Amino acid sequence: MTQKTILNEAHRALGAKMVDFGGWDMPLNYGSQIEEHHAVRRDAGMFDVSHMTVVDLRGARTREFLRRLLANNIDKLKTSGKALYSCMLNEQGGVIDDLIVYFLSEDFFRVVVNAATRDKDLAWIERQAASFGVEVRERPELAMIAVQGPNARAKVLDLLPAESRARAEKLGKFAAIEGEGPDAMTLFIARTGYTGEDGFEIVVPEAQAVGLWNRLKEAGVAPAGLGARDTLRLEAGMNLYGQDMDETVTPWEANLGWTVSLDEGRDFIGRSVLEQQKAAGDHGVMVGIVMDEKGVLRHGQRVVTANGDGEILSGSFSPTLGKSIAFARVPAGTTGDLQVDIRGKLVPVRIVKYPFVRDGKAIEGI
Amino acid sequence: MQEIPGDLKFMKSHEWARVEDKGTVTCGISDHAQGLLGDLVYVELPSVGDTVKAGNAVAVVESVKAASDVYAPVSGEIVAVNESLPDKPETINEDAFGEGWLFVIKPDNLAEEQAELLDPDAYAELIENEDH
Repeated sequence: MTQKTILNEAHRALGAKMVDFGGWDMPLNYGSQIEEHHAVRRDAGMFDVSHMTVVDLRGARTREFLRRLLANNIDKLKTSGKALYSCMLNEQGGVIDDLIVYFLSEDFFRVVVNAATRDKDLAWIERQAASFGVEVRERPELAMIAVQGPNARAKVLDLLPAESRARAEKLGKFAAIEGEGPDAMTLFIARTGYTGEDGFEIVVPEAQAVGLWNRLKEAGVAPAGLGARDTLRLEAGMNLYGQDMDETVTPWEANLGWTVSLDEGRDFIGRSVLEQQKAAGDHGVMVGIVMDEKGVLRHGQRVVTANGDGEILSGSFSPTLGKSIAFARVPAGTTGDLQVDIRGKLVPVRIVKYPFVRDGKAIEGI
Repeated sequence: MQEIPGDLKFMKSHEWARVEDKGTVTCGISDHAQGLLGDLVYVELPSVGDTVKAGNAVAVVESVKAASDVYAPVSGEIVAVNESLPDKPETINEDAFGEGWLFVIKPDNLAEEQAELLDPDAYAELIENEDH
């Protein structure tokens, strides 16, 4: 059965084109996904991300548990409210999911995982948590709205009462506070996102979510759908679970090595396989691709390299650049110019360093 | 949603065809089709002079979301293509039945092939059923 977020009616009232996304009925766009993309790059847009799964972890040994569960090192989080991006791996080093974990207190951490992977994530976390005596509690009664863009923070701050506003204004990147919103709502405000723009991701009780959405809309924040979210995160060089990595892919193969912490003496799940693969050095790698020809790179297209075939992972049209960009997985050692098989025609493409877009502008050389 | 003009004929695959006074056939994709595709970003047109066969793919329209072949509603020779589309593919989103036309065919066998196409009411019924 298709699930609906508390904002479903609000999306429909705005004329959204709805699609099934991981079992959720979600807005693809509200008319033009390109206009929504530009609204986020140039001003402020908002996304209903209530389909994402908020999981609270409680218990005296929660930090110790997360040292084992996550490939990134939870001990990087020393201050309450700080957040960390990490992969959660299986014993083979494959990515079960990517997630954000927030340190709230020594016996309370909050994890946000993907919607489409909810069931297996919860099962895995519960299984691993048992021996640490950590309580795993999903919070389905919480909705989430991501407000993103160069003017996003200012527009959110204007809605907050003075005390919360002062604290939210001081919030550093990748950190969160609990505070009060308009109409005395209780909010969890995090300076995080999935667009490459500044902004907040706001967790709000379902009962107040429509109210917050409407307040943001009145403040001039443009509703944006999953279509724009996808092109924004791709331009920003951010992976999408299921497209760029899955349980058969290690972080090394998904260019997520920067999130793996091989700190001494920490026995996280999947570590031994990651170390072997790193030592062997013969694994595929993920690279950024730009196509100067007309056309659009798509998931699954064959990439022809001097070292053998690779494939397009996330591929789309970049509204900011006006041409197509993609991630591709290619054999180790691939450099230089490649070709992509687009409906039987070999089209030249370039490997580039990504992100493709930063602060609303194309990165030089792209 | 744009109203479906009464002088158009349709393929089940959402191409429209309009028989002009001089006997040529102007072709495009329907407003319903552009709605399904979303923002169009790329159009690959046939060349003037190409010989095309009814039901064969002769053009490609790509949106951010997907690429879609466009089939020739009738057989004949391409006598014109909409040169403004490669630079402004969004014209199809804005005016699928008008400014967003794709190409013009000088038909070989119009009378017979035209009978295979759907009239506006039949097409409206088709997309109505697709929506449910």
